[in-house]
Amino acid sequence: MKLKYISTYLLSSFLVASIALVSCSNDDDVVIDPTTKGDLRIEFDNVVGDRDLALNTGNYQNAAGEAFTVTTLNYYVSNIKLLQADGSSYTVPKDSSYFLIRESNVESQTVTLKNVPAGEYTGVQFIIGVDSLKSVSDISQRTGILDIGSGPTNDEAMYWDWNPGYIFLKLEGISPVATSANSKFYYHIGGFGGRTAKTINNLRTVKVDFAGKKASVTKDLSPEVHLLADVLKIFSGSTQLSIKANTGVMFTDYSQNIANNYVNMFTLDHIHAD
Amino acid sequence: MRINLKYGFLPRRSVYALLMVLFGLIVIGCKSENDTPDPETDTPKPVSWVKPSHFPEPVYDMSKNPLTAEGVELGRFLFYDGILSRTNDIGCGTCHQQSAAFTHHGHDLSHGVDDQLGTRNAPSVQNLAWSTSFFWDGGVHDLDFLPPSPIQNKVEMGETVSNVMVKLRNTPVKGAAFPVNYPKMFKAAFGSEEINTERMMKALSQFMLSMVSATSRYDYYVLGDATAITAQEKEGLVLFKQKCGSCHASELFTDFSFRNNGIAPNKIDDQGRYAITLDEADRLKFKVPSLRNVGLTSPYMHDGRYKALSEVLDHYANDQNSSKTDSIYVSPTLDTLLIPAGQKRGIRLTAQEKLSIIAFLKTLNDQQFITDKRFSDPGVGTVL
Repeated sequence: MKLKYISTYLLSSFLVASIALVSCSNDDDVVIDPTTKGDLRIEFDNVVGDRDLALNTGNYQNAAGEAFTVTTLNYYVSNIKLLQADGSSYTVPKDSSYFLIRESNVESQTVTLKNVPAGEYTGVQFIIGVDSLKSVSDISQRTGILDIGSGPTNDEAMYWDWNPGYIFLKLEGISPVATSANSKFYYHIGGFGGRTAKTINNLRTVKVDFAGKKASVTKDLSPEVHLLADVLKIFSGSTQLSIKANTGVMFTDYSQNIANNYVNMFTLDHIHAD
Repeated sequence: MRINLKYGFLPRRSVYALLMVLFGLIVIGCKSENDTPDPETDTPKPVSWVKPSHFPEPVYDMSKNPLTAEGVELGRFLFYDGILSRTNDIGCGTCHQQSAAFTHHGHDLSHGVDDQLGTRNAPSVQNLAWSTSFFWDGGVHDLDFLPPSPIQNKVEMGETVSNVMVKLRNTPVKGAAFPVNYPKMFKAAFGSEEINTERMMKALSQFMLSMVSATSRYDYYVLGDATAITAQEKEGLVLFKQKCGSCHASELFTDFSFRNNGIAPNKIDDQGRYAITLDEADRLKFKVPSLRNVGLTSPYMHDGRYKALSEVLDHYANDQNSSKTDSIYVSPTLDTLLIPAGQKRGIRLTAQEKLSIIAFLKTLNDQQFITDKRFSDPGVGTVL
């Protein structure tokens, strides 16, 4: 890893220097030409505490001491904004900023942001869910990952058609303490605030500070920000969620407690320079 | 034009001519401009959607989904085709039958795939261009987003929209009783054979937007034919406006609001609008339905609990069984219009007044609408 880092770094520096005809005057810093653009990837690595999440097979325990396995974990990430140390930021164009992370689909777990202005990014901000404006947009605006009738959104039933809106986060699993007939628990969290009447709003904005680390985007460097999403945090935080007490939570006021928990589930693990 | 002559309505040539223009709801356009249609052209033929002159402006923005002859026709096939259901035998038209003004005749609750029962009475599919929301609880606000609800409801069609499109792409099916080539129809309507969510929903919307009921005897009366309704019906109209018109307002005969009309919660304790908003103030509230074609859409209320209009009026009059019985279910959200100060709850109606109101309500039956071939099953439907 380290070797690769260095070699890529050197190669990239060389390329930047040769192509842009800018001499490399500082050996410690990546040369950033803010007029150029590059890519940045964010990997959403779902974990349970210090263990990797393994669907169906992993046996875990939540803060309430309840054993569980996970059968489904999906969530929307949207409206991504990359933050810089000086307080400035880059907002990914809205229509290129909707993603559905699915534990069952490896490709979905890496989000590629293209044409990001070169710069040193020190944090990232995003919405868990689909913002209200998009949630009320007309059918022609619901394409790709927001297509309510086909693709992952329909296949994974991430849309409530009876009370239209996307399910922002879906966690399902099995637990011996679940009170359902099949021992499954269901957390389907959505609610964008309502269209004509005010309803629950479970849109939550996540901000992850890279704590001194930087993701340097240049024309040639495409860093990858590796985030961890900890399932245990869905069960703990401002509210301790008990599978036994709340085996199914969907469109109810209680769902807000779960959204307030999972807003804190994301942390930075590391950044690959390229 | 088909008019219910059994009511003794005298045809008037001039009125008819006027109505032909006013109610030419779908005039397949371009005839005058393009007398010799070019069979080579792939362009869908625009349809001019004409608002009945006494109706308000429609709510649906037709500029974002302009009606075409091919789009409406595709929507009609999709509306009736059982392919929309998991079992391939339940179409929209199964529970929305034309002869019953697109409700499920004889069914308080409808049964969908595998004979599973729903929880609410199938509402009429008519004049949806004016609807500000859909379903008894108003959960859906945009007609283009309506079809996934019945298609994906486990007890209605029990299918996924995604799989419906897979099935549509695989048509025509060899050996089918009525083979339909959907890729070809999508191409005719939208320019290419691609079948996607937007196109499917827009085609269904186009057909449903075309379903306008505005040719009842009441309409002829409103538009100037004083003989179109009888003296008793006129009396009923006056009473209706006084006693019922605050909720069943406008030419659509609804104010599109959600109200608790004092019918007791049913066994499943359906809380109506509350399920959508989670607002305590919305408990037991249901959409005020349009009363157009109400004489054809029995049974009534969100769970079809009343078979006859007389039962509905008995409920509102709060004299169902005897003057001592209170049929109004009292709860915090009960509509204040049913709580007159210093009086028994309900709307005061004499037996004679009820008869007149019912007579008037039947003038809203639109025979032309329920027999119009443009809205009929093209041969793909199933009635269960």
